[in-house]
Amino acid sequence: MDKNKIIELKGISKAFNGEQVLKSVDLDIHDKEFVTFLGPSGCGKTTTLRIIGGFVTPDSGEVLFNGKKVNHVPPYKRPVNTVFQKYALFPHLNVYENVAFGLRLKKMKETEIAAKVAEMLDLVNLRGYEKRSVTLLSGGQQQRVAIARALCNEPKVLLLDEPLGALDLQLRKEMQIELKKIQQRLEITFIYVTHDQEEALTMSDTVVVMNGGEIQQIGTPQDIYNEPINAFVAKFIGESNILPGIMHEDYKVEFAGDNFVCVDKGFRPLEPVDVVIRPEDITICPPSDTVINGLVESVIFKGVHYEIMVRAYSDLWKIHSTKAPEVGSVVGIDFTPEDIHIMRKMENSEDYAALDHLNGEEAGTID
Amino acid sequence: MTKLRSRLAAGPYMAWMIIFMIVPLLLIAVFAFTTTAPFDRDGNRLEEEEAALIMEEELAEWEENEVPLEERESAVVEKTVFTVQNILEVNKYMPTMLNSIWMALVATVICLVIAYPLAFMISRMHFVSQKMMLMLVMLPMWMNFLLRTYAWMTLLERNGLINRFFGLFGMGPFEMINTQGAVILGMIYNYLPFMILPLYSVMTKIDNTTIEAAQDLGASRLSVMLRVVVPLSVPGITSGITAVFIPSVSTGIISRMLGGGTNMLIGDLIDLQFLGNAYNPNLGSAISLVLMVFILLCMSITNAFDEDKEGGMLL
Ligand SMILES: Nc1ncnc2c1ncn2[C@@H]1O[C@H](COP(=O)(O)OP(=O)(O)OP(=O)(O)O)[C@@H](O)[C@H]1O
Ligand SMILES: [Mg+2]
Repeated sequence: MDKNKIIELKGISKAFNGEQVLKSVDLDIHDKEFVTFLGPSGCGKTTTLRIIGGFVTPDSGEVLFNGKKVNHVPPYKRPVNTVFQKYALFPHLNVYENVAFGLRLKKMKETEIAAKVAEMLDLVNLRGYEKRSVTLLSGGQQQRVAIARALCNEPKVLLLDEPLGALDLQLRKEMQIELKKIQQRLEITFIYVTHDQEEALTMSDTVVVMNGGEIQQIGTPQDIYNEPINAFVAKFIGESNILPGIMHEDYKVEFAGDNFVCVDKGFRPLEPVDVVIRPEDITICPPSDTVINGLVESVIFKGVHYEIMVRAYSDLWKIHSTKAPEVGSVVGIDFTPEDIHIMRKMENSEDYAALDHLNGEEAGTID
Repeated sequence: MTKLRSRLAAGPYMAWMIIFMIVPLLLIAVFAFTTTAPFDRDGNRLEEEEAALIMEEELAEWEENEVPLEERESAVVEKTVFTVQNILEVNKYMPTMLNSIWMALVATVICLVIAYPLAFMISRMHFVSQKMMLMLVMLPMWMNFLLRTYAWMTLLERNGLINRFFGLFGMGPFEMINTQGAVILGMIYNYLPFMILPLYSVMTKIDNTTIEAAQDLGASRLSVMLRVVVPLSVPGITSGITAVFIPSVSTGIISRMLGGGTNMLIGDLIDLQFLGNAYNPNLGSAISLVLMVFILLCMSITNAFDEDKEGGMLL
């Protein structure tokens, strides 16, 4: 993957009104890559994107395009185009003119413009809508116009800021697939912002998980899901049980009042850690001495599976299972050493605050 | 039911409109197309000289016989008659009319040139600064119109502040008051806010991301203005032009105070017919009517232009 870096961010920091929004962000983006910025609201995703687009100048750090510093290059001179969060179509122009906007600025010939616009409208399935007023289009159609308009300039990099945020679930799914197809067909780089983890996992080559102005983890969707680097990432990507534990020695961890064998190593002796276990990795078995036993507090039907909350001592476990135990019964909680993910404690207490926020009112498993 | 109620609710407004707008308009029209003429007691129209002669004789007779005032009954009576003479007479004042239109046009264009960038700047400011700038724009409007214009008189006078300032450097004094320029300045000063406010109100509706989108697609600052901001602010431009042009073209006070009577405007002319020594309400009404028709024409032209552009706009 380490071939042609197209964009590099080096130590980017940015503060608005004294509030540090980005804290030394380092990131490489490669040619033809689908990169997603994923993180909770206000974590600095849009700001990072705007720095790449040239709408915000970083306080410190460098933005490199193909190895050249572009910190002060204005947006209209950058080889990137943006699909804005709220489409930002030109209300005084019809669909055709919106898409042709960039081409007209380049003083292209009318016939070339017509051909290019037709090609782009084909790409986004909007042929026949040329003369329509953009204000009368549905949200999904406006979104397509915005995409066609941005792609018309043949950018090397397309920036998309929560482009599907305003669409309903059905349309979102369809557009996700279409966008991915467009990206593969045009073979350009997409930098995509979302706070929907499922969207990030399904579409991306690389996911950049952000929180509080810092990058938490960069990796493939599989990496991020299977090997979350800390409790924040684990919680943000999919659902997790996160328990405080202590690493006694390599492959040996204590949590939930017991010692367990695990597959992780390389921690200081007696280092406090976060233990993450995915709800779908847990199996429910009859209570016995060899497993954690707990009381079933609630069972909620979720379609594919049941979400079962089990209290064992002070911990509340979330378990996904296709079979539903009875509420009030005692069950055993079973998992294998591979299911135990050990993570270093996050240095930043703010990150835990963000975590609690993610959990909402749901009983936290972190103290 | 609701229809009836809404109609009832509209009642007071309708009454207001009829009393204060329709009736005066009709009165003006009536005045414009009528004049008073002398008639004898049998209802026959008399020539002006004829009537004058009769009245003179009558008077002499009354004086001689010492007829008491209340018993004097003239053989000549004044009656109101229809005429197009007033309207035709307006033609005589065409140069004044054209001069007014020209000066109002100049003032309107200058207002637009000053107000457009200013309104755009204000619309891009931080919310709090926007409110403050708007206050500053409107502040002069809270002062009495005459007072404001009077202030300019003292500034522009031969030994007014400005000339005294230039005098410090051995320049001047310049002839500033009682010129066309002074009148236009007065119009601009008084009516500039009417240009800024409608422009500002359409420009605040232009989202920053719309401008960013244009930049993103390769538009320089100039292109952003020409291709996005100007087309989107056409409704503000047209209503600003109307709001400045109409009071400018019909103003009388500004030209009297700053033009010193050398630059008679159509407003002064109308004023003279009603309050001045040229007392002739019929002619005054006729001039007003012609001016009104002219303004209506201008407005319908700008409105047509507006609607053209507004096809794709739902701001
Ligand atoms: N122009 C600005 N002026 C002041 N503060 C800003 C500005 N732009 C962003 N911020 C602040 O920076 C922080 C990060 O904003 P950003 O828009 O990057 O978040 P985000 O990750 O895109 O969030 P969301 O998912 O809600 O869009 C927020 O606290 C926001 O209030
Ligand atoms: Mg955002």
